[in-house]
Amino acid sequence: MATATDASGLSLSEQLAGATLPRWAPWVAAVAAVGLALLLTTFTGLAGTAGIAVVSVLLFVVLQTWWSFKVEGRRHAKDRLATTLIYSSFLLAATPLVLILGTVVVKGLKVLDIGFLTHSMRNINTSKPGGGIYHAMIGTIQQVGIAAMIGVPIGILVAIYLVEYGARGRLARSISFFIDVMTGVPSIVAGLFVYTAFVLTLGFERSGFAASLALTILMIPIMVRSTEEMLRLVPNELRESAFALGVPKYITILKIVMPTALTGIVTGAMLAIARVTGETAPLLLTTFLSQSINTNPFSDPQAAIPTFIWDQIGTGNDASIDRAWAGALTLILLVVLLNVAARLLARFNRVK
Amino acid sequence: MSATPLLEPVPTVPVASAIRGDSVRAGDKWFRRLSAGAGVLVLVIMAAIALFLVWKAAPALRANTVNFFTTQDWSPDTTGAAAFGIAALAFGTIISSVIAMTLAVPVGFGIALFISHYAPRRLATLLGYIVDLLAAVPSIIFGLWGLQFLMPHSIGLMQWLNDHLGFIPLFRNTTGLYTRSLAIASIVLAIMILPTVSAISREVFNQVPRAHIEAALALGATRWEMVRTAIFPFGRPGMISAAMLGLGRALGETIAVALLISPAFRISWHISDPGGTTFASNIALKWGDAGTIGLGALIASGLVLFIITLLVNMAARIIIERRREFSGAN
Repeated sequence: MATATDASGLSLSEQLAGATLPRWAPWVAAVAAVGLALLLTTFTGLAGTAGIAVVSVLLFVVLQTWWSFKVEGRRHAKDRLATTLIYSSFLLAATPLVLILGTVVVKGLKVLDIGFLTHSMRNINTSKPGGGIYHAMIGTIQQVGIAAMIGVPIGILVAIYLVEYGARGRLARSISFFIDVMTGVPSIVAGLFVYTAFVLTLGFERSGFAASLALTILMIPIMVRSTEEMLRLVPNELRESAFALGVPKYITILKIVMPTALTGIVTGAMLAIARVTGETAPLLLTTFLSQSINTNPFSDPQAAIPTFIWDQIGTGNDASIDRAWAGALTLILLVVLLNVAARLLARFNRVK
Repeated sequence: MSATPLLEPVPTVPVASAIRGDSVRAGDKWFRRLSAGAGVLVLVIMAAIALFLVWKAAPALRANTVNFFTTQDWSPDTTGAAAFGIAALAFGTIISSVIAMTLAVPVGFGIALFISHYAPRRLATLLGYIVDLLAAVPSIIFGLWGLQFLMPHSIGLMQWLNDHLGFIPLFRNTTGLYTRSLAIASIVLAIMILPTVSAISREVFNQVPRAHIEAALALGATRWEMVRTAIFPFGRPGMISAAMLGLGRALGETIAVALLISPAFRISWHISDPGGTTFASNIALKWGDAGTIGLGALIASGLVLFIITLLVNMAARIIIERRREFSGAN
């Protein structure tokens, strides 16, 4: 079909929809913006990758919006402006993530090796290279393990109450509300609470176990929320069929509902564990730093990976900062592995 | 198949009570009590946190010789003349959190919009994971990175702000030093709360009914006009909650701030100067060498932090709860 044109020389689609910029327009604007920014570096004080990037984006925004305003009108110019801002906000968020992961990997690999993973800091001169994170790994595994052993069952039970028993009763609603509020309790306050209750009031010593209790408090709300979500995904027909066969409610929950939601619950538990593994603040208040291996979480100081990093940063010389980066890499690997494993598990075994 | 029978022997109970339902079976009763008990435990923990903090803070507050709320000093372990107050802590906490929010909230909404309505569908899930990954990075790593990477790299920006916008007190630097300041702590806090803000607002943006979106587009709205007329009005309570939950996280952040600032107990609007302090970072930094009154004083400041975050979180939840009821009524 031939394009109909009127006296003004506009095509039919242009008369109906208004003029639009060609598809290559953003690319041209982008190239022009970067070019202008590079040009500015020779005439003004502009320098540095970050500075050039920011100025380029600003120039791009101005150029494209002005061009679009001239050709397409105000509404489309606004739309293009918003689209650019939304895309760049994502880039803005991805930048620190890439920078953080990149820095941790590059600086961490300097020291991280088998020796680092299998030695403690006992009898190590902290201003010299050497030593390792073994004692802290034992501490983290024990503390987080104990926290999970207490926190995961409690979290699952609370979720079962909320979904299976509480219905929309007043108790269930207030528990649900306070679970949400508990999610926002700062980790240092959890540490303060365990210190006041467990150490000051009950008279126990600061230990790995005290740290576990603080981590438990942080874990419960995350566990409840994820389990609750999974239990709600279990179709009601399954429960009803069991009831119709005369199966008691608790057996229905334990043998029908829980197995159906199991992978989701395991995923939730792994994410909750990953969340508390990196917690530093509560550990600082509830256990003392240690340079040696201590396999008993119930007495004496016990190290953990986050407090190991804190300690090495505090020492502040080149060798200890290197160890801090290696510790950070170990921690991030642990957390990311837990996260990725949880996501993969969730992906391949969705509740149907 | 497992060998355990699914069915319990029913005939042992009288017919009438068997018909009445599950409450007659002992196992059911106990399981119900167990799960309800776990639920009540949550309420008990929340109440216990408040009670224990009040109880253990009281002696220090009684020993305090100056006004707890208006004093900027923090010397609780001076024998016979304990003098500590939260004025500087409150100022540092609030200003760093507010700056973090100002930086993170618009970007967080942008990310949420990008993932929910701008990015291609297949890509969106992956991008969601990436943002969630940012949430999984422990705060000590943010602190270490901020200290070793961001701080040296941000000096140029701080200098530029001082040179060109120095007439605004917030950007003015009075010392010529640009490290270990509240400003850098605020930037790191902003990065840390981004995933919180974007995750929650993404959730509400995804819930906007398709009909609203299609109606807007059918009326000839551009994509941005659709966002403004269909997505924002529907998502507003969720967006407010997202911002407030981000604020809650920033208020309570300890380790990253503790690593970045060099604590100074005075109120100063020149946030790019070295100095500043916050509730949470002060507890972590002063804990090691605090005496009896010192610990009590830190617990008292922790109590104030607990109350502030509690109020912020409760408000956020109530706002998002109202929306849930509202959309349920439709």
